Amino acid sequence: MTVVAEQTGRWLDQFTQQPAAEPWLKELRDSAFQRFLELGFPATHEEEWRFTNVAPIARTQFANEHLNWETARGSLPTTFFNGKYVAAALPEGVSLGTPEDLKAHLGKYASYHNHPFIALNTAFLRDVAVLRIDRGAVVDEPVRFLYGAAETHPPVAAHPRILVLAGAHSQCTLVETYAAQGKYFTNAVTEIVAGEGAVVDHYRVQSESTEAYHIGILQAMAGRNANFTSHSISLGGLLVRNDANVALSEGTEATLNGLYIANGQQHVDNHTQIDHAKPHGTSHELYKGILDGHATAVFNGRIIVRKDAQKTDSKQTNKNLLLSDDAVINTKPELQILADDVRCTHGATIGQLDAEALFYLQSRGIGKGEARDLLTYAFAQDIVDRVKIPALKDYLEKVLFEKFHEHVG
Amino acid sequence: MALLEIKDLHARVGERGILNGIDLTVNAGEVHAIMGPNGSGKSTLAQVLAGRELYQVTAGEVLYNGKDLLEMAPEERAQEGIFLAFQYPVEIPGVSNMYFLKAAVNAVRKQRGLAELDAMDFLNLVQEKMKLMEMDQTLLNRPVNTGFSGGEKKRNEIFQMAVLEPRLAILDETDSGLDIDALRTVAGGVNALRGPERAMIVVTHYQRLLNYIVPDYVHVLSQGRIVKSGGKELALQLEESGYAGLGIEDVEEAVGRI
Ligand SMILES: Nc1ncnc2c1ncn2[C@@H]1O[C@H](COP(=O)(O)OP(=O)(O)O)[C@@H](O)[C@H]1O
Ligand SMILES: [Mg+2]
Repeated sequence: MTVVAEQTGRWLDQFTQQPAAEPWLKELRDSAFQRFLELGFPATHEEEWRFTNVAPIARTQFANEHLNWETARGSLPTTFFNGKYVAAALPEGVSLGTPEDLKAHLGKYASYHNHPFIALNTAFLRDVAVLRIDRGAVVDEPVRFLYGAAETHPPVAAHPRILVLAGAHSQCTLVETYAAQGKYFTNAVTEIVAGEGAVVDHYRVQSESTEAYHIGILQAMAGRNANFTSHSISLGGLLVRNDANVALSEGTEATLNGLYIANGQQHVDNHTQIDHAKPHGTSHELYKGILDGHATAVFNGRIIVRKDAQKTDSKQTNKNLLLSDDAVINTKPELQILADDVRCTHGATIGQLDAEALFYLQSRGIGKGEARDLLTYAFAQDIVDRVKIPALKDYLEKVLFEKFHEHVG
Repeated sequence: MALLEIKDLHARVGERGILNGIDLTVNAGEVHAIMGPNGSGKSTLAQVLAGRELYQVTAGEVLYNGKDLLEMAPEERAQEGIFLAFQYPVEIPGVSNMYFLKAAVNAVRKQRGLAELDAMDFLNLVQEKMKLMEMDQTLLNRPVNTGFSGGEKKRNEIFQMAVLEPRLAILDETDSGLDIDALRTVAGGVNALRGPERAMIVVTHYQRLLNYIVPDYVHVLSQGRIVKSGGKELALQLEESGYAGLGIEDVEEAVGRI
């Protein structure tokens, strides 16, 4: 056996031992697994994976997931746990999707044909959190998706899958949270469809353990005049790859915000893609990274403006703060602009803490360590300010405050 | 013992010498004005005293309260009672003025063996000083100096000084960019802090500020050296005959005469 076949072959036992599924699902899983075997794990000579070496994932023998999920604690609003709906009642205007919804939409946006991790996720589809937001419904209460694992040997692999269909002119807030302890592999795929004029505010809070592998893929399809926002907060994980992709329609407004914080040996890769397919679309993207220790990070922001997408207005910004000499960031905008009447701006910065600002704080009696923490915290502030859920905003402020106040007291 | 004693201070940036032997003694209760043309080294002196590492001290010594000042980190100097009002106050987006000031007050209090101020006491202190400086309360919730006008920044500096109550205040061109009303308010804030236990070094290019903050001594700096010292009448003399009257070249002044 070749190395590649050996690595993908490790998943064969697990795949064949899966519980039986309806024919349409079995067919989907089978072809996805087939595709996974063909693609193999990505290698660093592939442009999309140039700076992210997934060999540690490929080499590990993972256990089957379903035995190992914790049960949800406390009473939370609308909660899915590992795709299973666990809270008492769905808010008004939200319903569980039907098998027809699944058949019609699952895998239609996040294509497994060119992405081995989507293929792997699709091959192991079981508990899909599928939600439908009624047309015109205004849902205030955030819908939460919680994923966590208990520590096991061998480590567990989980393939969470979310599908949200937001009806025309509906409004909703979605929160995905990933957190657990020990070594494991999360391979999550989320598909969101925002119907015409819908407003979707999506959050992804990744606080995995610093031994965990995390692949998180978002594929959003935003309809005419829809307003789609996704916030990606990446705090944990040893080896992390986030893909946040959104396709826009006519008059769509899309926003991608991101914050990644890494230290020690952590590696975090954010690939984003904003696809302007139709005219009059607007997109804003702001990703910020704070890297310390030997952490490495990647930001790759692709903006596609297709031939039809005249009057597109797109702005991309990536800012990085390096707190140590050993931290590394690779940042790259990737603009593919085929229309001529568009406005696209992009900019990336890599810097250290501002020496003048540090001195100013110190000159007022604030110790150097605290001054550094304060400025680091301030760097992340504008991403946190964009979070519209008060409880989540408070939580993030607390987490950041604790992260950047280790020198104090 | 003098509060501050500067002896033969030399400092440079990179290869370039900027301070070329400064001698200055400041006693508690005194106000010293340092005047001089642009580029003569006034800000450099102020920054060196506050501990800016950018400037390398190559010779000389500075004693503060008898202690070796140059050995101290910038925050220690502040905790020991040195305050620099910056010529160009720094904008710090993302840090609220309130949070910043509270951290500063408590750092200084801690060094003095005082308990941290609770939220209520802090607010009372801050409100009293804001009134003194005729400052808009909303500035407290804004990020430090961010988007402040030139005048607001200068007021904010003196407001911080009023809150921190330093023993040695160094004011670097606090008058520049202020209209006459703002200048009066700022000078009022400074004068309120004058007292037998405190000293001030007032750095200025123009004599104007010294009508409001009347100094005990005036020193003229040129090319990194104090070339003339005297009483407050020296400032008036400068006002009349300019730096040129002292044989000092000042480009701005020369241009003004054309
Ligand atoms: N960071 C620096 N790098 C290089 N030169 C500097 C720096 N700071 C000051 N200087 C130079 O030192 C001289 C004195 O500057 P400064 O102390 O700002 O003068 P003043 O405040 O009297 O106008 C000037 O010629 C200035 O250009
Ligand atoms: Mg100056």
